[in-house]
Amino acid sequence: MFDFLGIPPQALFGQLLLGLINGSFYAMLSLGLAVIFGLLNIINFTHGAQYMMGAFGAYFLLQYAGLSYWWALVMSPLLVGATGIVIERLMLKHLYKLDHLYGLLLTFGLALIIEGLLRNEYGSSGQPYRIPEQLLGGTNLGFMFLPNYRAWVIVASLTVCLATWYVIERTKLGAYLRAATENPTLVQAFGINVPRMITLTYGFGVALAAFAGVLAAPIYQVAPQMGANLIIVVFAVVVIGGMGSIMGAIITGFGLGVIEGLTKVFYPEASNTVIFVIMALVLLVKPAGLFGRTA
Amino acid sequence: MKFTRTMTLAATVALAIGAGQAQAQYSDGTIKIGVLTDMSSLYTDLSGAGSLLAARLAAEDFGAAAKGMKVEFVNADHQNKADVGSAVARQWYDVDKVDVIVDTPNSGVALAVNNVTKEKNKVFLVSGAASSDLTGPQCSPNTVHWTYDTWALANGTGTAIVKTGGDSWFFLTADYAFGHALERDTEAVVAKNGGKTLGKVRHPLNSADFSSFLLQAQASKAKIVGLANAGGDTTNAIKQAAEFGIVRGGQSLAGLLVFLTDVHALGLQTAQGLIMTEAWYWDANDNNRAFAKRMAAGNKGIHPTMIHAGVYSAVTHYLKALEATKNDSDGAKVVAQMKSTPTDDALFGKGTIRQDGRKVHDMYLFEVKKPSESKAPWDYYKQRAVIPAAQAFRPMAEGNCPLVKG
Repeated sequence: MFDFLGIPPQALFGQLLLGLINGSFYAMLSLGLAVIFGLLNIINFTHGAQYMMGAFGAYFLLQYAGLSYWWALVMSPLLVGATGIVIERLMLKHLYKLDHLYGLLLTFGLALIIEGLLRNEYGSSGQPYRIPEQLLGGTNLGFMFLPNYRAWVIVASLTVCLATWYVIERTKLGAYLRAATENPTLVQAFGINVPRMITLTYGFGVALAAFAGVLAAPIYQVAPQMGANLIIVVFAVVVIGGMGSIMGAIITGFGLGVIEGLTKVFYPEASNTVIFVIMALVLLVKPAGLFGRTA
Repeated sequence: MKFTRTMTLAATVALAIGAGQAQAQYSDGTIKIGVLTDMSSLYTDLSGAGSLLAARLAAEDFGAAAKGMKVEFVNADHQNKADVGSAVARQWYDVDKVDVIVDTPNSGVALAVNNVTKEKNKVFLVSGAASSDLTGPQCSPNTVHWTYDTWALANGTGTAIVKTGGDSWFFLTADYAFGHALERDTEAVVAKNGGKTLGKVRHPLNSADFSSFLLQAQASKAKIVGLANAGGDTTNAIKQAAEFGIVRGGQSLAGLLVFLTDVHALGLQTAQGLIMTEAWYWDANDNNRAFAKRMAAGNKGIHPTMIHAGVYSAVTHYLKALEATKNDSDGAKVVAQMKSTPTDDALFGKGTIRQDGRKVHDMYLFEVKKPSESKAPWDYYKQRAVIPAAQAFRPMAEGNCPLVKG
């Protein structure tokens, strides 16, 4: 048997797979950010809070309405997406013409308020949320024990990511969206309701975050700060992938999950910082990100 | 209870009328207690606002107002950053005339505040932080380490587990002062009892995903996976260990520092069977239950942890010392007074403070109940053993504290 830098190959496969699983959260979240930035030009700092709201949504639906995980997987993104639409209609739409900084400040402030309110009400230790019965247990792959739930997370997130990419890059609706980003006035002249399209896009991006939140609920504690811890990393992922690039966000999401996973084996102390080191390096060499186009 | 409150109120009114006569002994007329804690992150529930409330209750029950002592409270969030913590401490001591800082979970922050307090000759009563270095190489004439420490945890839980056959260990360690101290102290206990350490991995504070680390623990084939971390890190690690079948695979988890609030967050289904060492449990006797009732009422229903109880006990003893010395300006003298009188309060009973600043009392080994054994919310522990005060903490001679002579 060959060892790779002192790590037996079996352990290495396990770590690669875990990296992919964590990467799938990065991918889903950075995808939402990329879609929102691409079409609205808003740097959505509320994204982490919306991911957390998704998880809390699942918890509330179970606690107060008795609705199972599978219901939550559909309902929670819809509900959180609806709150996103309200935010877009009431606040964000006034900011499109202004500098990025205003959108960033507004969404950052919203995130702090939402997290603060939930922390006040539910504390920081978080609420338990159980893995749905159908996905309990796991499979022994030989090189590692893969919990069924984690396998489901990878499948669900890959499906959602690829579907989103397909809709935006390969369908007529996606073509309208992309056209509206380039020149909203012209697209509106063709009789397409651009403001409504933008509102729905924001709602969709937010729903994506909430979907990731529901997927995360059984793995982590459902806690108010769960998004704040993640969002910084996700921003780094978007910057590395290139702002506004859909495929870039997906690929870098999974890729960086793997790199982070490997760091946890070779030098665990750096596992929280490795992504930022990579970000710095990428920015030095390719300021627009790996998949970004320079404007 | 109502009686106490009415009395306190009456006393406050009386004091207001006769104000100004008995306060001149205290610097600027006020005893100012600063509760420096985690108000926004992973240690909030186990200390946080509850610690502030516990300190207030201590002053209220002590009848400070009736005794002519004007006590004020301030609190701040150290954000688990040592630089933020020491900046707040300096500001408090220099500008805001704070006389004593209490609580301070997070050993990294506590070690920093320990130095600032010594430099400014104030008082530091640690309940939240765990590193046994606070009464070891870093001991200070201005600091009392109240509730527990890494040595006591390692000694209690580590010994119990090695003696029941858990003789090979793998550590998941939070990568900062506290985790390192807990890992070091536990490793020593394991070795002393004939066990061995097969490996360790150090994870950053406040990690969400432990799967990588758990896989390494699994591969080590160690019988015991020792969690040298706390708060949200511990709950996430335990939850994910269940997911990855660590326990089903024949390995056992040892939560070296698990708090009541962590068990509450995990739910008994996941936490059942965990063994841990603690200094205090709310359901142990009537005094504790009465305290828990007041704490829960004022803190969103959260039942008090041993840290909250320690804050209460420490503030009580501090006020007693001030009542005797009538002077709060020389921190080292106040602490000397605290050390020279035995401690005695409703929650911890009788105890002493050693020369190295270690408060000494019994510790307890608890086991988390099965869901079927728990009769009410927050009914989580059953007691497995009492570790008598004389054995619960590191012998003074082994601590390398410069204050201890000979």
